[in-house]
Amino acid sequence: MGTKMAMRKRYLYEALTGYAFMLPFIASISIFLIGPLIYAFIISFKEFSFLNPGASRWIGFENYIKLFSDPTFKRALLNTTLYSLGVVPTQLIIALILALIVNSDIKGKTFFRVAYYIPTVTSTVAVSVIFLYLFKADGLVNALLAKFGIQGPTWFYDVRFALPSIMMMAIWSSVGNYMVIFLAGLQDIPSELYEAAEVDGANKFQRFFKITLPMLRPIVFFNLVMSLIGTFQVFDQAYVVSRGTGGPLDATMTVVLYIYRTGFRDFNMGYASAMAFVLFVIILILTLIQRRLFKEETY
Amino acid sequence: MQKMLRFLFYIVVVGYAGITLGPFIWSIITSLKPTSELNTFAVNIKHLTLDNYKMIITKFPFLRWFINSAIVAAIVTFGNMLFNSMAGYALARINSPGRNLLFLIVLALMMIPGQVVMVPTYILLSKLGWVNTYMGLTIPFLTSNFGIFLMRQFFLTIPRELEEAATIDGMSRFGIFFKIVLPLAKPALATQFIFMFTGNWNSFLWPSLLTSTSDMYTLPVGLNSFYGQYYQFWNQVMAGAILLTLPTIVIFLIFQRYFVRGIATTGLK
Repeated sequence: MGTKMAMRKRYLYEALTGYAFMLPFIASISIFLIGPLIYAFIISFKEFSFLNPGASRWIGFENYIKLFSDPTFKRALLNTTLYSLGVVPTQLIIALILALIVNSDIKGKTFFRVAYYIPTVTSTVAVSVIFLYLFKADGLVNALLAKFGIQGPTWFYDVRFALPSIMMMAIWSSVGNYMVIFLAGLQDIPSELYEAAEVDGANKFQRFFKITLPMLRPIVFFNLVMSLIGTFQVFDQAYVVSRGTGGPLDATMTVVLYIYRTGFRDFNMGYASAMAFVLFVIILILTLIQRRLFKEETY
Repeated sequence: MQKMLRFLFYIVVVGYAGITLGPFIWSIITSLKPTSELNTFAVNIKHLTLDNYKMIITKFPFLRWFINSAIVAAIVTFGNMLFNSMAGYALARINSPGRNLLFLIVLALMMIPGQVVMVPTYILLSKLGWVNTYMGLTIPFLTSNFGIFLMRQFFLTIPRELEEAATIDGMSRFGIFFKIVLPLAKPALATQFIFMFTGNWNSFLWPSLLTSTSDMYTLPVGLNSFYGQYYQFWNQVMAGAILLTLPTIVIFLIFQRYFVRGIATTGLK
C-alpha cells in the first residue's frame, strides 16, 4: 500500500513537472495563437472595424462570398500562385545541386557553404533595397546587359517584370535554407550504400538516381512543404518593392499584402480575417495533396 | 574530357558564389561612395569614405533603431532558447497526460500562417496598451512551435540511460535538464539560436504593425521608411542595408560550424 502511494506520488510529481516545463509555451500559444485564432474565425463572419467595434454586425458568409467576386483578391491569388509555381521548383532544384556540390570533395568547402548560405540570413528588407538598387533602370545589372547590347527593362517597375523580379529575388535569398536541409539529409545516407553500388559497377548517375534521390525522399517532401508554405505567405518583398501598394497595377499584389491592406489600411478586419482563413485552407489542401503524392511518413 | 568537366564544375561553384556575394560587395562599395560619385560605376578607392555610416547614425535615428532591434532580438532569442527547450524536453521525455495531444497541436499550429491571427493579436495588444512598446514587440514571440518541434526531435536522440543514471543519483528533473541534457544539446541550441535570432532580427511584418512612431521602429522598419524618403541617396540606403545585414552574418559565421550537424541531429527532415 505504501509503495503504491509512493508510486502515485511520483507519477503525479512527474506529470506536474512536465506541465511546469511546458507552462510558458502553453500560456503563450493560448493567449497569442489559439485565442486569436478563435477570435479571427468569429470576426470573419462579421462586418468588423477596429476603429468602431460598436458598429460591427453579423453578416454570415458574406465576407467569404464577396471574396470570389473581388477582382483584387483574384489577382492577388493568381500572383501568389504564379509566384509559388515559379519559386518552389526552381529553388529546390538549385538547392539540391548546391547541396551536392558542398557535399562533394571540393576545395574550400566551408567557404562555399557559407557563401551560399549568407543570403538566407539577410533581412528581406535589406535584400529588397539592394536588389532595387542593382536592378534600377540605370543600375549595375542593366549596365552589364547593355555591354551585350541588351536593353534591360525597368524590372520592379515594369508590369511584366515586377513579379518575376520578386521571384528571382526570393529564390536568391532562400535557396541556402533548403540547401542546408538537403545537405543534412545527404550526410545521413549510409556510405555503405554507395560502396556496395560501386562494387556492383554503378556509375555516378545511377548512384544519384537509384540511391541519393530515393533516400532523400522524405527531405524533398519536407522542403517542398516548407517552400510552399513560405511562398504562399510572401509579403515583405512585395511590400518594400511596391511601397505597400502591390503595384505597378497590382502586378505585385500578393494575398498577404492584400490581407494587410484590407485589415490595416481600410480597417475592414472581418473581411481580412476571412481572406486569411481562405489562405490557410489553400495551404492546408496543398500540403495534404503533397502528402498523398509522397505517401511518406515524415514526422 | 574528365578535366574539362572538372573545370566546368568549378566555374559553376565559383560562379554561384559570385551570384550570392556579388550584390553584397556592390552594396558595400556603394555605401562607401561619396554622393557625387553615385552616378558612375567607376570606383575611386581614394574617395571611399565612412561618411554615409556617420550620416545615417548622427542625422537619422539608425542607432536608435539598431538598439531597438538588439533589445528585442536579445529578449526574444533568449526566451525562445529557454522556453522551446523546456517544452521540447517535456514533449520528448516527461510523461504528463495530454502530452501527445500537445505535440499534435504544435504540429498543427506550425501550418497556420501567422497572418490569420494578425488582426486579433493586434487588437489584443492595442487593448493592453502594448503597441509601440518593447512588451508588444517581445512577449507575444517568446515561444515558437517550429523551435519546440526542433528541440523535441533532438531530445529524442539523446540516450535515456544518462538521465536514468542521474535519477538514481537523486537528481531532480530540473537538475537533469539544466546540468545534463542542455549541455548535450549544443548543436541543436546553436541551430535554434541562428534561426531565432535571424528570424527576429529580420522580422518586418509584425514590427511594422506594432510600431507607429519612429523612436520604436526596429531596424528593418526603419530602413524601409528611410528608403521611402531618401531613395535617391543610394549610398546612405546601402549603408543602412549593410548595418542591418552585418549582425546576422557575423552571428552565422560564429555558429555555422555547429549548424549542419545541428540540423542533421534534430531530424529536421
